[in-house]
Amino acid sequence: MADSQLNRGKRRFLIAATGVASGVAGVAVAVPFAMSMLPSARARAAGAPVEVDISKLEPGMMVTEEWRGQPIWIVRRTQEMIASLPDLDKEVADPKSSVKQQPDYAKNEARSIKPEYLVLVGICTHLGCSPTQKLAPGSEGMGEGWKGGFFCPCHGSKFDLAGRVYKGVPAPVNLKVPPHTYLSDTRLLIGQDSTGA
Amino acid sequence: MATFSAWLCRKGADTLAWIDQRFPLTANWKAHMSEYYAPKNFNFWYYFGSLALLILVMQIITGIFLTMHYKPDAAQAFASVEYIMRDVPWGSIIRYMHSTGASLFFVVIYLHMFRGLLYGSYRKPRELLWVVGMLIYLCLMAEAFFGYLLPWGQMSYWGAQVIVNLFAAVPWIGPDLSVWIRGDYVVSDATLNRFFAFHVIAVPLVLLGLVAAHLLALHEVGSNNPDGIEIKKKKDPQTGIPLDGIAMHPYYVVKDLFGVIVFLMVFSAIVFFAPEMGGYFLEHNNFLPADPLKTPPHIAPVWYFTPFYSILRAVPPLFDSQFPGVIAMGAATLIFFALPWLDRGKVKSIRYRGGIYKTALALFVVSFLVLGYLGTAPTNVWGQFGGWLGHAERATVVARIFTVIYFAFFILMPWYTKIDKTKPEPERVTS
Repeated sequence: MADSQLNRGKRRFLIAATGVASGVAGVAVAVPFAMSMLPSARARAAGAPVEVDISKLEPGMMVTEEWRGQPIWIVRRTQEMIASLPDLDKEVADPKSSVKQQPDYAKNEARSIKPEYLVLVGICTHLGCSPTQKLAPGSEGMGEGWKGGFFCPCHGSKFDLAGRVYKGVPAPVNLKVPPHTYLSDTRLLIGQDSTGA
Repeated sequence: MATFSAWLCRKGADTLAWIDQRFPLTANWKAHMSEYYAPKNFNFWYYFGSLALLILVMQIITGIFLTMHYKPDAAQAFASVEYIMRDVPWGSIIRYMHSTGASLFFVVIYLHMFRGLLYGSYRKPRELLWVVGMLIYLCLMAEAFFGYLLPWGQMSYWGAQVIVNLFAAVPWIGPDLSVWIRGDYVVSDATLNRFFAFHVIAVPLVLLGLVAAHLLALHEVGSNNPDGIEIKKKKDPQTGIPLDGIAMHPYYVVKDLFGVIVFLMVFSAIVFFAPEMGGYFLEHNNFLPADPLKTPPHIAPVWYFTPFYSILRAVPPLFDSQFPGVIAMGAATLIFFALPWLDRGKVKSIRYRGGIYKTALALFVVSFLVLGYLGTAPTNVWGQFGGWLGHAERATVVARIFTVIYFAFFILMPWYTKIDKTKPEPERVTS
């Protein structure tokens, strides 16, 4: 083909148009593949709220429930435990729960709806290990002056009896309080906010 | 009889000619084997490239046979691995070959990379060769990580949990990103199933492509050597063959075969007598089925990830986020990519470098090993300092110091390689 017959502008336009069109098609085709990796309908259904009966929980004891495959801790704190929380304000990193690790209705000294019952996601905010319970003051291996709480064996993070993280440990923020609401005095719904209930 | 063998030879030559007209068989054989000239002064450090290729093949073959019996299902995975170990004829040997192969793959690759550091094999004109090699290394880490979830033991499960949560630390999109990776709100059956797909098909395909690219790039620029000089600069004027080059086949094929034999002796000894390697190749906790509600008291990745894991733990959280530690860990692997452009030394090989580079490299190796060890141990392994140091954990402080040394090796490299007193390189390779 002689150069005089070559319409460079038209050729560039066709190349650009083809490129853009196939680029759009490429992105569109990628959507179903990328979306297929999201939680399936079954996984989402399995993540529905769970109901817990707390009538048999004694003061100073804890039960572990499962919600979305995460351990949910429900601790019934004694009056001494609740009273000891303000003493730790200087030792914990975020005493006022200013980082949003809890629903607004649990943003208080006890980090709970009712001070007696503490509801936490039992997963360390550092890298997702499950801390062990060291509820009793002076628990084994926790050193002197331990007021009770949780200890993460993976990387040594420590939390108090309101799930507040101690200063100078790997975990950056307090343990998470999951959305929860009371259906009655003894029945708790994990995974749903109290708003509208 | 003589006539028969002559006939056979003639037939063979005819067949080869028939093929060569249709496929460049002889041409490729010459280009990559019988007429690929490698420097004649290769030493011990030059075994590990061919050994890595051998292990890749072994991993693929043992992997294929493992998939014949393995079930990628959270309810059945752990039991199917035990089934392979106990009921499948010779299954335990095949699995131990695969697990030992994984660890030895990293041994060989780390030695292969160290060779590059010794002799400046990443320097011009081998920058892309090095970059492709680093991509292979990243793929290998992904492959090892995905594969480690498959036995669905406690360490598989919690190791994956920790690593996937690294992505949750990414600002803004983190939590959604980690849900997308897992396909669920926690590591679950969906996660296991997709990691299986990545481990047995997606990553291996990429890996094979990259290995081909690595070899093509190598054969384009030619091998470096312990003297770090270019043999292509001194060619025989008649033949055009480098004066210091010898053909890959038969010379280095025979040398590499010797390496293969020694390697297979070590490999078999481990497979037969110490497949768990005291918990370093197969962690004890992984002989317990995964339990999402119970974290093992001490989570550690397999040894080949531990230097980076130490760096992750050593970095304290900043601005209420563990993201800096994740960044540091990522940077510790990715910074290798920059090596060709960080090194300003006048010579390539450690033989002609000065004391500064030798010291820097030695410090780097020590920091890599110490971080590697600390990554296998809990952070309180060495106890705490006294009150005058605020009761800081000794191991954490040491890990921080060596993390700084690790990064200093790279970041200060443009400076210290430039001021280093080098010796003159020889004209021709030495023995």
